Amino acid sequence: MTGEATKTLPLDDLHKQAGARFGGFAGWSMPLTYPAGVMKEHLHTREHAGLFDISHMKLFAVSGPQAAALLARTCPLDAAALKPSQSKYTFFLNEAAGIIDDLIVTRLGPERFMVVANAGNAEADEANLRTLGKDFDAVIEPLDRVFLAIQGPEAEDVLSKAGVDTGALTFMHGVEPRPGWFMSRSGYTGEDGFEIALPEGDARDLLAKLLSDERAMWIGLAARDSLRLEAGLCLHGQDITPEIDPVAAGLMWAIPKDLRSAGGFVGAEALRNAISKGADEKRVGLKPEGRQPVRAGTELTDEAGKPAGRVTSGGFGPSAAHPVAMGYVTAALAASGAKLFADVRGTKIPVGIHPLPFTPHRYRKG
Amino acid sequence: MATTYFTEDHEWIRVESGVATVGITDYAQEQLGDLVFVELPEAGRSLKKGDVAVVVESVKAASDVYAPADGEITEANAALSGDPALVNSAATGDGWLWKMKLADEGQLTGLMDEAGYKAHIG
Repeated sequence: MTGEATKTLPLDDLHKQAGARFGGFAGWSMPLTYPAGVMKEHLHTREHAGLFDISHMKLFAVSGPQAAALLARTCPLDAAALKPSQSKYTFFLNEAAGIIDDLIVTRLGPERFMVVANAGNAEADEANLRTLGKDFDAVIEPLDRVFLAIQGPEAEDVLSKAGVDTGALTFMHGVEPRPGWFMSRSGYTGEDGFEIALPEGDARDLLAKLLSDERAMWIGLAARDSLRLEAGLCLHGQDITPEIDPVAAGLMWAIPKDLRSAGGFVGAEALRNAISKGADEKRVGLKPEGRQPVRAGTELTDEAGKPAGRVTSGGFGPSAAHPVAMGYVTAALAASGAKLFADVRGTKIPVGIHPLPFTPHRYRKG
Repeated sequence: MATTYFTEDHEWIRVESGVATVGITDYAQEQLGDLVFVELPEAGRSLKKGDVAVVVESVKAASDVYAPADGEITEANAALSGDPALVNSAATGDGWLWKMKLADEGQLTGLMDEAGYKAHIG
């Protein structure tokens, strides 16, 4: 931290009551684990329903006659073509096509969209929206909400028992079901689930019901990280950064084909160059042999000992039951699937390139 | 008669006839969370006080465990390679990390006893 005060979640008291252990993340004091521990929390989410406080994340409502045009300028996204309630995973790019942040954009009405952004980039995101927004007839409204995620195969049923009707919502769709609420069927664990932004009072009422259901329990940031890593999902600031473009990141699936050649978004030209040149390095899944985790920042070498890349996220996958990692390796090695080595405190650990995700996604696509 | 010492780094050291058994405290294992790997030392390795003897890895992070005194490792707890979670379930028992022959037991004077350690962690 650079001297700035650490922010406290609106529901901090509930996490303390639940016995959370806290740590700093993106300027926020966040629950890292609860008494059950990261292993049980992770597995509970995959088997039942995990409850996450993600109020550190930022929501921006973007509305007005040119809201879609503004988003088509800030993101490689055809916002005008989104159907009502449809969500898309996208990015803010800089002029070099580097990823300022990764986002979920949801269409809530003819002239209304919701942008869900990462905590650590909230200020950069708002500045980006406001700077580019000057040329558009659109209102950018940062929202203060409690933001909860409920993830896992029993999430829908737990919510419904707590009186929240998820209706016909299928994966990657979102609505505003009540005043001040935004609810989408999405998440960052690889499981079916929902994210609900709502006023604090409503959140406390809802949580009292959710937590009385034994299928739901609080899950900390540590398990959120192991869940997303097993699911092969990127953490901005580690796996993707403003220095990495979507070609190298292997995220071109998120950019519609017609926009790749003719999009008018910021970074479009740099992206076209990156596509025609091809990436020097590619993001891949990495499976270390044995039991020893290989952490972010670890250098990778090829069989001859030459530099081959680096690990950007690494840890242990409780569901995979082995160490899991992702990182960037030279394009040739990424394609060949060659055996790599990670230097962990002087020991060379063999690392295989592994398809992502490590655990299959179980989204409810309807 | 064994004597047990505690360090500020949350290790316990049980000394019996010049051989120390070393582990981390229950408080330490709680702080670390679920362990998934323990990097064990080879028997015969000489250590100076303050050297990294063992690395314990949780789901999220790796943490060093230091030699509390000079000496030579006589045994590492092999059971931990198959079941690192033993450190979580029995930190001061079956979850011990290594044994070492102490060069000078006097180096341990000044470390805390159990009551002192309890006061230390509050």
